[in-house]
Amino acid sequence: MASDYYNPADLRKFGKITEWSKELGEAFFDYYGKVFEEGALSAREKSLIALAVSHVVKCPYCIDAYTKDGLERGITKEEMMEAVHAGAAIESGATLVHGVQMMNKYNKLSM
Amino acid sequence: MATKSLKAREKELANTNKQLEILSGPLFESGELPFFRDRLESSGFEALRPGTLEILQINLGYMCNQVCEHCHVDAGPDRKEIMTRETMRQCLEVIRTTGAHTLDLTGGAPEMNPDFRWFVEQASEAGIQDFIVRSNLTIIRANKKYHDLPEFFAKHGVHVVSSLPHYTRGKTDKQRGDGVFDKSIKALQELNRVGYGTEGSPLKLDLVYNPSGAFLPGDQNALEQDFKNALKEDFGIAFHNLFTITNLPIARFLDYLIASENYEDYMTALVDAYNPEAVKNVMCTNTISVSWDGWLYDCDFNQMLGLKVANKVQHIADFQENILNNREIVISQHCYGCTAGAGSSCQGVVT
Repeated sequence: MASDYYNPADLRKFGKITEWSKELGEAFFDYYGKVFEEGALSAREKSLIALAVSHVVKCPYCIDAYTKDGLERGITKEEMMEAVHAGAAIESGATLVHGVQMMNKYNKLSM
Repeated sequence: MATKSLKAREKELANTNKQLEILSGPLFESGELPFFRDRLESSGFEALRPGTLEILQINLGYMCNQVCEHCHVDAGPDRKEIMTRETMRQCLEVIRTTGAHTLDLTGGAPEMNPDFRWFVEQASEAGIQDFIVRSNLTIIRANKKYHDLPEFFAKHGVHVVSSLPHYTRGKTDKQRGDGVFDKSIKALQELNRVGYGTEGSPLKLDLVYNPSGAFLPGDQNALEQDFKNALKEDFGIAFHNLFTITNLPIARFLDYLIASENYEDYMTALVDAYNPEAVKNVMCTNTISVSWDGWLYDCDFNQMLGLKVANKVQHIADFQENILNNREIVISQHCYGCTAGAGSSCQGVVT
């Protein structure tokens, strides 16, 4: 067995998941491809969204892939870092908004 | 950032045989990635052969005022290989008789050849439809004697094709050296001033973009739009077209890929992006590349790898189009660079 859970070389093998489930694998990659085409949002905008989400879901493969994708699209490092902060702000906001639940519970239980 | 060529630094990769050895090395030998010839075959192509000659690309020498990190020519101020007037005369003979519609002068910085202006004057009278000079822009600002190049180009109807890796200072200077961006911007403004690149102007000004790192170029149209918007908004600069060119794993770019441990991933990305549609229009099928010393190659990349045309005619002095056109194009694994994605050539994408 490999000694690491994550191996950068495994990203290149992503397409192989189709070998063990052709129909679902192909359906996924078709869908994936369509999602990132130019649409109401530009492919460039979607690339930045994908980069932000990659950080939120903490996927090292996705971070590698969308940093490279951003470079290919001429996206600057400032734009990339702002996207990461947008993701991080939502993630920390999601934690903090539960503070209201804590306050509600606290108030309910307290005399 | 290096200030000398690989050759001047006596680096191993200044040796073309060493480069070819790496390009056919373990990554391909082990079967992990297919050799270019095998990939061509498995997608239904026989050996590559030229069609009609359309572009004559002449390299006036490897001397350059810049030492760009990605340069496949390994050009720089220390390179002394430049074309003599005698070889230029042999080229002019061919330019006057060839059916090719495009003449493409490159380098190094072709303007640094002391006979550059003489050659342009002579060649511009040969009735070539599209006369390109590949100018790195900073040369125009490098020295007073070059300040009038925009006027000189305009006088001879030269089509200027210039490199600019990005519309931001940081990315440009990282690849090409400190101060390159500001000089390039100034040079573009000078070219605009004499009429180059403005809408509807017959004085054509195109930009070349190649990625500043181990990644492939993105969509040419989208990048062109981004470049146009940013250069217009920030500097009031206009240009006609943007050509995206993929960096090929040759000379300094190969050296960079290996030193930064990106070689395997980059080659894998090129092979994964192999596009049979791009093979149909690769530039080696309509171009001949001439080196500073008059030898003939299928493309500028093969020139830098020392791979001469596989033909009885190998030198500009013996040029015979009908004989030369009957040949097989010399290939190696660097060729994946021209067939990746939308394809890549000195005129940008090929699909």
